[in-house]
Amino acid sequence: MSGGRLGKDLLGLEHLSADDIRLILDTAEPFKEISERAIKKVPVLRGKTIVNLFFEPSTRTRISFEFAEKRLSADTVNVASSGSSVVKGETLVDTARNLEAMRIDMVVMRHGASGAAQFLASRIESNVINAGDGKHEHPTQGLLDLLTIRDRRPIAGTKVCIVGDVLHSRVARSNIWGLLKLGAEVAVCGPQTLLPLGIGELGVRVFRRVEEAIEWADVLNVLRLQLERMQAGYVPSTREYYRVFGVTLERLERAPRDLIIMHPGPMNRGVEIDSRVADGPHAVILNQVTNGVAVRMAVLYLLAGGRPELAESAKGAPER
Amino acid sequence: MRPLLIRGGRVIDPANGLDGTADVLLDDGRVAAVGPRLSGDGAEVLDAAGCVVAPGLVDVHVHLREPGREDVETIATGARAAVAGGFTSVCAMPNTDPVTDNQAAVGFIVSQARKAGTARVYPIGAVSLGSRGEQLAEFGELVGAGAVAVSDDGRPVATAHLMRTALEYALTFGIPVIDHCEDTSLSAGGAMHEGLVSTRLGLKGIPRAAEDVIVARDIELAALTGGHVHLAHCSTAGAVALVREAKARGVRVTAEATPHHLALTDRACEGYDTHAKMNPPLRESADVAALRAGLADGTVDCIATDHAPHPYDAKEQEFDNAPFGVVGLETALGVALTDLVGGGALTLPALVRCLTSRPAEIAHLPAGTLSPGAAADVVVFDPAAEWTVDPARFFSKSRNTPFAGRRLKGVVRWTVVGGRIVHRRGDAPGSPAGP
Repeated sequence: MSGGRLGKDLLGLEHLSADDIRLILDTAEPFKEISERAIKKVPVLRGKTIVNLFFEPSTRTRISFEFAEKRLSADTVNVASSGSSVVKGETLVDTARNLEAMRIDMVVMRHGASGAAQFLASRIESNVINAGDGKHEHPTQGLLDLLTIRDRRPIAGTKVCIVGDVLHSRVARSNIWGLLKLGAEVAVCGPQTLLPLGIGELGVRVFRRVEEAIEWADVLNVLRLQLERMQAGYVPSTREYYRVFGVTLERLERAPRDLIIMHPGPMNRGVEIDSRVADGPHAVILNQVTNGVAVRMAVLYLLAGGRPELAESAKGAPER
Repeated sequence: MRPLLIRGGRVIDPANGLDGTADVLLDDGRVAAVGPRLSGDGAEVLDAAGCVVAPGLVDVHVHLREPGREDVETIATGARAAVAGGFTSVCAMPNTDPVTDNQAAVGFIVSQARKAGTARVYPIGAVSLGSRGEQLAEFGELVGAGAVAVSDDGRPVATAHLMRTALEYALTFGIPVIDHCEDTSLSAGGAMHEGLVSTRLGLKGIPRAAEDVIVARDIELAALTGGHVHLAHCSTAGAVALVREAKARGVRVTAEATPHHLALTDRACEGYDTHAKMNPPLRESADVAALRAGLADGTVDCIATDHAPHPYDAKEQEFDNAPFGVVGLETALGVALTDLVGGGALTLPALVRCLTSRPAEIAHLPAGTLSPGAAADVVVFDPAAEWTVDPARFFSKSRNTPFAGRRLKGVVRWTVVGGRIVHRRGDAPGSPAGP
């Protein structure tokens, strides 16, 4: 499949231009409305075959992609690593080539190894959309986070702090690239054990104390603290983490302004985020999920060669 | 065997302080004479005009994979690759399967190398049984069978106590203990150098400190014991500084650097190129500069390839899953001539020293010199001729090089071992070795 202006694949936001990112966000706007219809389906990708290849467990992202594909009328197949030939020792490239031999058009892949999406993309003809590769990037998450901020305020000049396990987070990397390209000020905050060496050289500010981050930021994007991190000794305990880095109502009440609270999910309530914050009036966590479908529809549409200026008409009138 | 007269080349023999146009006469497997206008009645004459004539190159760090992984390299193919790259003596690391930790294993390598009849292969024995880091191997037995050093390479000598014991015990046999300096508690799970590039690529990093803390440990233990520690594949500016300081106070420490650490940085990992994945990892330009400066001032003693063959399929996968290591025997001279001499970091005679007399001294090998009576091991190379690295033309069974497609200077015209030509320019893999 040829691909449109974005090229063949969406592997990450690092190598996209600001214009390309804006193009995806702008294309997502008209697609938002489709999901609000009684009959949530338009014929934009009719006849296209898409494989969702998930080598890691995922609920939100996989279902979000699947809804995006189905609402655009694509034919989809889901492959999870358990119950596939991967457990029989087949290599990634052989799995992909076999799928391609069945004449598919796109692959949406989640994989535990950084660079797996690029590895695949350079070896098959189909479009590849990275649905998260190791600790590298999760570009559609970055895009839906951008869209969610943009729904509320202009991104340029907004101060966004990513709080938590930045070291192991593909969401953090995609957010950093996307936000910087669109002119936001970006910071990270967490224990130094969970911040990558040299992160400051990417052009982000580093806060060691969450109180300072809250005082500075307009938006907090709170990352999930995976429980494996405790076993690996990055953090002594979840209790200690919540005490020192938890985004709590008490801490937010001391902020000089109302902060927008984001979380890519799944949340650990009482570990990285206070339930009263997650369910509070400034949380946009479920808006992120809603926007995820629209952003993924836009990415699928554009990579399939859809022309952005036709997105509004492509979605057509509601089917009856 | 007819005598060989190598005529009219630029003879560079650092062991004898020689650098000038001369003839080299080889007879009966020995260097017979080096001088102007030698007559060699009945000798086969090699016209070396425009070429450098040097002692055969010496590599104290190769992995020949036999026994155990004959599918990726054998002693015969590795030795053939060595002479294609100008190396006439190589030291084989013991991390084979089974590990070279007893006299039978050492004897096997010696015998396979003799059968192959190209480069001389000197076995390195294991420091500990099975390289498990527990019980000291029998150095006396290993040396008796032909081992020239001991190492647990592939992994570090596991504990400071074992390293101390090894250095002390090795004194009896006059052999160096070669260490792969890596604190595995700091490097565990790492796939590349820890820095900005690893942060961007989302790959777990191996910090410089993982190497430096073990370098510091080993230096202090060498100082304590009076033993000779040789540090394999140094990759960091910190290691160079530690070695420099230790040498200044008389510690018996020597160090090597690989062509890839001298030529490449962690940026080679961009695009998740698994051919840039090795251990220790490629570092940053400041480290490359420090290694080059260390070579130039003698802090880093020699260049060694860490030739590490791996099968195609092993490198054709996700970066995290690919094994560490690259082949180097057939590109080392070209990379060094192009990037070090061509880049002004090292003079040509200094480079030849780092590839001949210095490594031979470290492992006490009868090699690396053109003194009359020395073994007739010689390389003749054209330092200006250019070629393009094509892994499909390697004599090695493996193709895992980060230099594929690179244009390099320096073509080996002839490699001579024991007075016999074992490689000629234009030889192709599969052709019989020598005349």
